[in-house]
This record gives sequence, structure tokens and C-alpha cells, in this order.
Amino acid sequence: MAEVILRGVAKRFGATEAVRALDLDIPDGAFVVLLGPTGAGKTTLLRLVAGLERPDAGSIAIAGQDVRGVTPAGRNVAMVFQQYSLYPHLTVRQNLEFPLKSPILRTPPDQIAARIGEVAAVLRISHKLDNKATELSGGEMQRVSIGRALVRAPAIYLMDEPLSSLDAKLRADLRIELKRIHDSLGATFLYVTHDQIEAMTMATHVGVLDEGRLVQFGTPRAIYEDPVSLYVATRLGLPRINALPAGLFGEAPAGAVTIGLRPEHIRQGEGREAAVTRLEHLGDQTRLHLHLDGHDIVTLAEVHTRLKAGDSLAIRPERPLYFDAEGRRVHDSRTDQGDRA
Amino acid sequence: MAEIVIRDLRKDFGGFNAVKASSFTIADGEFFMLLGPSGCGKTTTLRMIAGLEMPTSGEIWIDGEEVSRKPARQRDIAFVFQMFALYPHLNVRANIAYPLVSQGLGRAEVAARVAEAAAILGIEAMLERPVGGLSGGDRQRVALGRAIVRRPKAFMMDEPLGALDAEFRERMAGELRALHDRMGATTVYVTHDQLEAMQMGDRIVVMNHGVVEQFGTPQEIYDKPATLFVAEFIGSPPMNFLPFEGRVAAGGDRVRLGGADLAVPCQHEAAAGRLVFGVRPEHVTFDDAAPFRGRIEAVEYLGTTQIVTLSSAHGTIRARSAASLPARVGEAVGLRFAAPCVTLFDEATGRALRSALHGEGGAHG
Amino acid sequence: MSGASVTEASSGQKWIAGVLVIAYALITIMPLAWILLTGFKTPPDSIAYPPKVVFTPSLEGYVNLFTTRTRVTPETLAALPPPANFAEAIVRDRGMVIAGRSKFGERFVNSVVIGFGSTALSIVLGTLAAYAFSRFKVPLKDDLMFFILSTRMMPPIAVAIPIFLMYRQLGLSDTRLGMILLYTAVNISLAVWLLKGFIDEIPREYEEAALIDGYTRLQAFVKVVLPQAATGIASTAIFCLIFAWNEYAFAVLLTSGTAQTAPPFIPTIIGIGGLDWPATAAGATLFLMPVMVFTIVLRKHLLRGITFGAVRK
Repeated sequence: MAEVILRGVAKRFGATEAVRALDLDIPDGAFVVLLGPTGAGKTTLLRLVAGLERPDAGSIAIAGQDVRGVTPAGRNVAMVFQQYSLYPHLTVRQNLEFPLKSPILRTPPDQIAARIGEVAAVLRISHKLDNKATELSGGEMQRVSIGRALVRAPAIYLMDEPLSSLDAKLRADLRIELKRIHDSLGATFLYVTHDQIEAMTMATHVGVLDEGRLVQFGTPRAIYEDPVSLYVATRLGLPRINALPAGLFGEAPAGAVTIGLRPEHIRQGEGREAAVTRLEHLGDQTRLHLHLDGHDIVTLAEVHTRLKAGDSLAIRPERPLYFDAEGRRVHDSRTDQGDRA
Repeated sequence: MAEIVIRDLRKDFGGFNAVKASSFTIADGEFFMLLGPSGCGKTTTLRMIAGLEMPTSGEIWIDGEEVSRKPARQRDIAFVFQMFALYPHLNVRANIAYPLVSQGLGRAEVAARVAEAAAILGIEAMLERPVGGLSGGDRQRVALGRAIVRRPKAFMMDEPLGALDAEFRERMAGELRALHDRMGATTVYVTHDQLEAMQMGDRIVVMNHGVVEQFGTPQEIYDKPATLFVAEFIGSPPMNFLPFEGRVAAGGDRVRLGGADLAVPCQHEAAAGRLVFGVRPEHVTFDDAAPFRGRIEAVEYLGTTQIVTLSSAHGTIRARSAASLPARVGEAVGLRFAAPCVTLFDEATGRALRSALHGEGGAHG
Repeated sequence: MSGASVTEASSGQKWIAGVLVIAYALITIMPLAWILLTGFKTPPDSIAYPPKVVFTPSLEGYVNLFTTRTRVTPETLAALPPPANFAEAIVRDRGMVIAGRSKFGERFVNSVVIGFGSTALSIVLGTLAAYAFSRFKVPLKDDLMFFILSTRMMPPIAVAIPIFLMYRQLGLSDTRLGMILLYTAVNISLAVWLLKGFIDEIPREYEEAALIDGYTRLQAFVKVVLPQAATGIASTAIFCLIFAWNEYAFAVLLTSGTAQTAPPFIPTIIGIGGLDWPATAAGATLFLMPVMVFTIVLRKHLLRGITFGAVRK
């Protein structure tokens, strides 16, 4: 296990700058989740650490060693791909053996068997070891892919949206499984996703990427409660944060152009009257779609609320976040002391 | 616009029974969801309503007319496919105009209706573009345009958002629902995504293995699942199930799970043997004095709430609580369950027992 | 039974389609059946008019294919000891004796060596080249791929004269090596194009996973890419073999003795009073066998491969 340090790493593909002068410190034993939409550069970053891409500039150090010019095989990293990393012509066991039998490791056969037994038990695939990889369900395939990484003890585990092709239930199970594996191994993880739930639930640190730049790095709670920009604020939270003109509810701090209101940070029963346009009953929560001065606002209501479309409801911001014209956070001296209300 | 009535609809493929005697009614102007896992018969049901598949037996009434033996083109409905099914050699305008041209409408009329559909969807600017270069969302808008332009009696949609990525899907779901609210056309929508169904649907039919498991509004189905399957399929995380050996009398309102005596809604029918105690994660609270014990296995932070996974003598339990509530992995805690929201199931049949929560026939207010 | 489906063919439509397929199969199989039957006719039967459909089967064609014969006087024939085997008996019935072995065996072996040799070489070189074109940044990749294909744009025979002269200079005329190289040169463009298509479809992630797992590029290629390209390699091999096996024009021009393949040899089998049709047919029948066996062995791959990945799972 080891820390990974990136300094000024940049990578461009033709005209696109996939990663721009990026600094990142992955502490030993951390579970770092890189979050961003398609094209933010998160997969490229992962591939740069893996050695599958060569940076145009900057340096990457794994466990204190500069890995410039070191092949993927020489970097002692394990990677789980989004899909297609199981060899369809091999059995599950042969797939799991594959990394251990590599010329670099050349593990003795008895150790291979023991290691595969352990990993298969952890991932609950012991009964499938002699199946062809193509005979597995999607969830089993992805568990085996993760298993192929786990049979090794690399400096860092790299994971590229490993759960994105699975259904919701399996995703929920494997999230907990991965988190448990991380806790028990004390291993370092670098995990890429566009799923905010994965980021929030598994990460010790979240890195938010925007067009190849690391815009914020911190604990999930810090990113959620104290975003540095409107962009970061929209990455976490479901339903998404409401972005409205800063003056919609009265006075705003100097320089603020946008007020960001998380749906759960809207107090009902006081303030400005908004029209209810629609209710969404999701079972555990009811979402309220409101209309105020030509702006759509989403907030949450009590599950069995009596409100209905056409009603009117007074609302007031509770813990607003303010942003300037560039989307940068503007700190409000009044609310930053704590919630006034 | 039309009401759609399905009576005893059945479909066999050779020896395989895909849909078993389904009956339900889709009200005029309703956004109606056919929800279920893959292979449950929802798409076959939709294709039978659309006339792309002939039922083995049963009736389909659209707008007061029995159409089950009529070909698709005589039913006056529009179908939106998951894979868009646009004509790649035509531009956006020609794609949207295609159904009208094939009906033999006049040029001026076609132009006017295409313009109207494009305006509804906000795609006026891309009318002259070839469909090849469009993004997934824009392609689906064009496919919708081709459906809207005919002014059909009803829309059939087969996982129309399935091919889009998550972020876009969320946006298109909102757009589709807003479009429906503007046009008010009866829409039958097939999906396997329970959140999509809950979010967009006025009413939902939940299907499994060709059988209609439950039929109702999203909140009804969530609060009062008729079967174990529905309780597990709806909700994320799903309902917690605690199987136990026990009995409950009609009029009883307590059950014994191991050492704990737990309150349940007043039961309207007696049952004994293998039962399942079902409770949603948000109805599980921590109370150190409670006799039912669990050990915290994982805590997942979700912003304002968190999901706490616990192990207990009766299996894994997930609880949803405020993120501010302290919960440490490894800690042993007592658990309380909100009695009025508990459902008891018969494990063998999978059916929910009738109770104060589950009225007779499940239509309780 | 099931209700009618709008998207499936009705039983009437299926019936008509079936009849059409059978009729087409009969038409295409006729010449093959004719050659097979002619091989078992006697020379008079083979040229009888109207053609004989019912006849007494004879191995005369096969005997004539493998032997050379000389005519002897009836007295000499009578003085000979009884025939040692059925072949001699057949030949003596025509007033001849077996003089020796024909060259068919050698020519057939030449065909096998040259056909399979050039196929193997085309596949080895083609797979490596296709992999490089598929995965690496090759300078002027598109132009090179076009150049490779351009060798197929004219009929190979158009370059026959220069090749003939070149081969004479290099001493490759009428050698097996020369023919293997020539057919490989023609086939490799097809092989590169087909194989590149197949390899393009194998996700790169497979090799990248192997690279990270500690394997070299070449090891990853052998352990991961080759097994998955098997279908494509098999179908490409069939195409290459069929070309090399049946090639006639170059074989006539560049081979006359030691390296001659079967196609130029078979039509030259002369019997009494002109061409020996049963012997020619027998030669053609035997000549068909290796390609048919090869194709049948690889049939499973061919059916999937020939759609160029369109129906891959």
C-alpha cells in the first residue's frame, strides 16, 4: 500500500485537453473517488496513473517512486474496468489466476489456489469458479473483475466505474462490499464514477473534476456542505440544488448573482408565495415542484402531504449558498456564523 | 385521447406463457407505467396494446372500440422505441413528417403540424439537420416528434430513456412528464426502473413472470405493497424483510420475533407458520432501550440522510436516518419499527396479510 | 398454439421461402453432383447422349487418374499372368496394361503444401499486421491500409509477366516456395483487412487489463487477443485457402514440373480418343475434398465470422 502523488499532470488528445495541470495527493489507505460528468477527464487521470497513457507534462509518484517511463506491469497497480475485463475464453478460476501467473509475479501454484479461495469467498463466487466467464450474470462478472484486482496486493487499486453496468440492488450491495474490503485491507483506492451516491457513500476523499481540472478535494461532507462553486454544488445532492437569481428572496451578499438552495434547505410556511405545479411521490420522499416568478424550484414535502398541484405555498431559504457571476462561492458573513433562523 | 381497457389479456410464445390473464384500465389522459424486471411480460403487454403482437386471448379496448385483432396501423396509436428507430437517411424534418406523408396529408398541413410538434419539443432549430449527428437526447426528442405529429389517441413508450446516460435520463424524464402535462394524451410507458416509474407515473402496474402483482398510484404501491416481490422491487434501498416462525390472530396487533415483541397494524386475517415482517428503511429508528438488537455493519452518507446497514438475528436491516445522527460501525443498537407502517407477509404465497394498513383488496385510503 | 405475431412470418410465407431455398440449393448442387457421378462412369457412359442417369458404377476414372497406361497386342495381353488387383483388371479390359504412376499424386501434394503453406503464412503475417494497424499509431495508417488493398484492385494476372521475369531471375520459377510467396502476397491484403475488422471489435480493455496484470504486449496478444480472434482467423483462413487452392492462371504460367499444382494438371489428363472425362471428374472430386473438409471443420467459426461480427454476442 502506498501514497500516490500527482504534480502538474497534463494530457491532451488532439485538440481536447483531457487533464490540465493537475495536482493530487492520494494519502496511503485513502478511498479517493473522482467525480465528474462524461468528459471531465476522470478516466484519463486513472489511465495516467495506471500507465496506460503517458502524460504530456507533470510527474506521478507511486510509493515515493517516480513512475515516468515505467510500464503498467512495473507500476504494481491493479485496475478494474467498467466492462470487458474478463477474458471470455477462460473460466472464472483462470481469470482470477491470470494476474498471479504473470511473468512479474510468478506465484507458486499452492499460493495461487489459496489466494483465489480467499477472494472467491469474500466476493461469494466460490461456486462459480469453474464456470466460463461468459456464463455469469452481469453482477457476477463484475464481482470476478473486482476479484482479479483483489488477488494481488498492489500499491493502489484503480477502479473505473466498476458498478455502472449493474442494476440498482447489486450496486447497493457491492458498494458496501467494496467499502468493507477497503476497511479490512487498509488499501489505497482511486475510484472513478459519475454516480454521486457512490462518491458520497464510499469515499474518504472526493475529488470533483471539471474539464480536466480538479476543482475541489475533500471529504464527502465538506464537498456537500461547503462547495467552492456552483458546479461542485450541483454534483452532489438529489434532487439537485436549485440555482436561482440571488435577489429572489431579498437581500444577497455583495457580488452574489446566484443563490443555491438545496431542496432540503427550504423552509415552508413563511416567506414568498410559490405555486405548486406537481408532486412526485417516490415513496420515502415526496418532491414538490414549485413555480416562483418564472423559476422552477424543487423541494421536499412530508411523504403524505395534503398539498396538490395548484396550491400555493410560502417558502424561505434556510441555509443558502451564494455564487458570483463565474459560479464561484461568495461567502455570506451573516449565514456563515451559523443559521440565523 | 382515449381510455384503454385490458381484459384477461394473455400471450403465449409456443409453450412459453409470457403474459397471464392481465386486466387493468388506463384512464383517459393518464401517464401509466408498466413496471417490472426484464422478462416480466411488460414489453409484450405494451406491444399487444400497440398491435405489434397479437394476443393469444383477451380483449383490448381503445376509446370504446375492441381492437385486439386489428393491425397496428388501424389503432391510431404512436410507438416510441428505446433505440429511437429514426430513418438515418432523412433529416429531422423528414423524419418527423414521415408518418404524415405516408398518410397522404397535404404539404401545407404537414409543414404546419411538423412546426407545431417541433415547437412543443423545442427542436425548431435542428429541423434541417441530419439525424446522424444528433446526441442521444435529441434523437429521442425527434422520435417523440414523430409520435406527437400524428395526434394519436395514445402513446406507447418502450423504455424510451433506457439508452441515455444517467444525467440525461433525469432531464429527459422531467421533459417527458412536462410534455405529457401540456398535451394530456394517454401514455403507456414501459420501464424496469422503479424510480423512473415512481417519478413520472400517475399510476403503476407492477408485473412479474407475466402476472400483474399490483396496480395503483406510486405512493399506494410503496406504502402498501401487495406482495413480497413488489415490496422488494419498489424503493431503494428496498423494504427490509425479517422472516420468522410465528402466528397472528385476526384483530391481533403484536408478533413475536425471537425475544422481541413487536407492534404491527391491527390484522384483519389470521396466519401462522413462516411469516415475514416487512418494514421500510425510513421506518426503522434507533432506541437503546428497544429489545430488538442489531449491530452496525456499514454507514453510507447521502448528504442529509444516511443509510445504516445492520446485522440482526433475523437478517440484514437497513435504516434511513438523518445524517447528523451518530452511528459507528461495530456498535450494537436497539431498533424500533414504526408499527402503523409495518406489513406482514405469508412467506409461502408472498402475499401481504390484510390489516389496518392493507385494507380489503388493498384499496384502503 | 401461439397467436399470430405481426413481426413473424406466417406459415404460408415460411413454406414459400422453404421451397425457394430448396430450389436454389438443387440448382447450385447440380454441377457438383454431376462431377461426382461422372467420376464413377466409364468413358463411353460419360459421353453418352442422352446423358445416362442410371449406369453401372466403375472405378475406371480413378484408375486412369492415378496411372499411365500403354496399349499392347491381344497376344501379349493373353500371355500375361492374371491381374494382381482390380486396377489392372480394369485396364486390361480396355486392351492396355499399367505402365506406371501418373503425376496426380505429386501435383496433389504440391497443392496441399502450397495452399496450406501460403494460408498459414498469410494468417501469421496478416494477424500481426492487422493487430498493429488496429492498436498502434502507425504513421500514414489510412494510406497504408489503402495501399494494401490496392493490390487487390487489379486482376493478379495483370502483373503476371513482371512476376514471371522476376521469378526467373530469382530462381523461384516452378518452386513451391515461389508459389507460396506469390499466393501469400495476393492473400495478405485480404487477410489484413478482414482481420483488422475482427481485432477492432475486441475491446482494448482486455489487453490493458493484461498489461496492468504484469504481462508484456506480446504475451497479452498471444494470451488474450488470439483466442478471441479465433473466429475471424478461421474465416479468413478459409478465404485464403480457397483462393490459393483454386488459383489457375499463375499456376499455369509459373509452374510446369516440380511445383505444379493440381488445377493445371487435371484438365491435361488425356485418355483414349481425347479427354478422359471420368478421370478428370475423379481428379476434380478428390481435389474438392481438402477445402470441403477444412471448411466443415471450421464451419462453426465461418458462419459467425462471415457476418463480420454483426451477430456477435
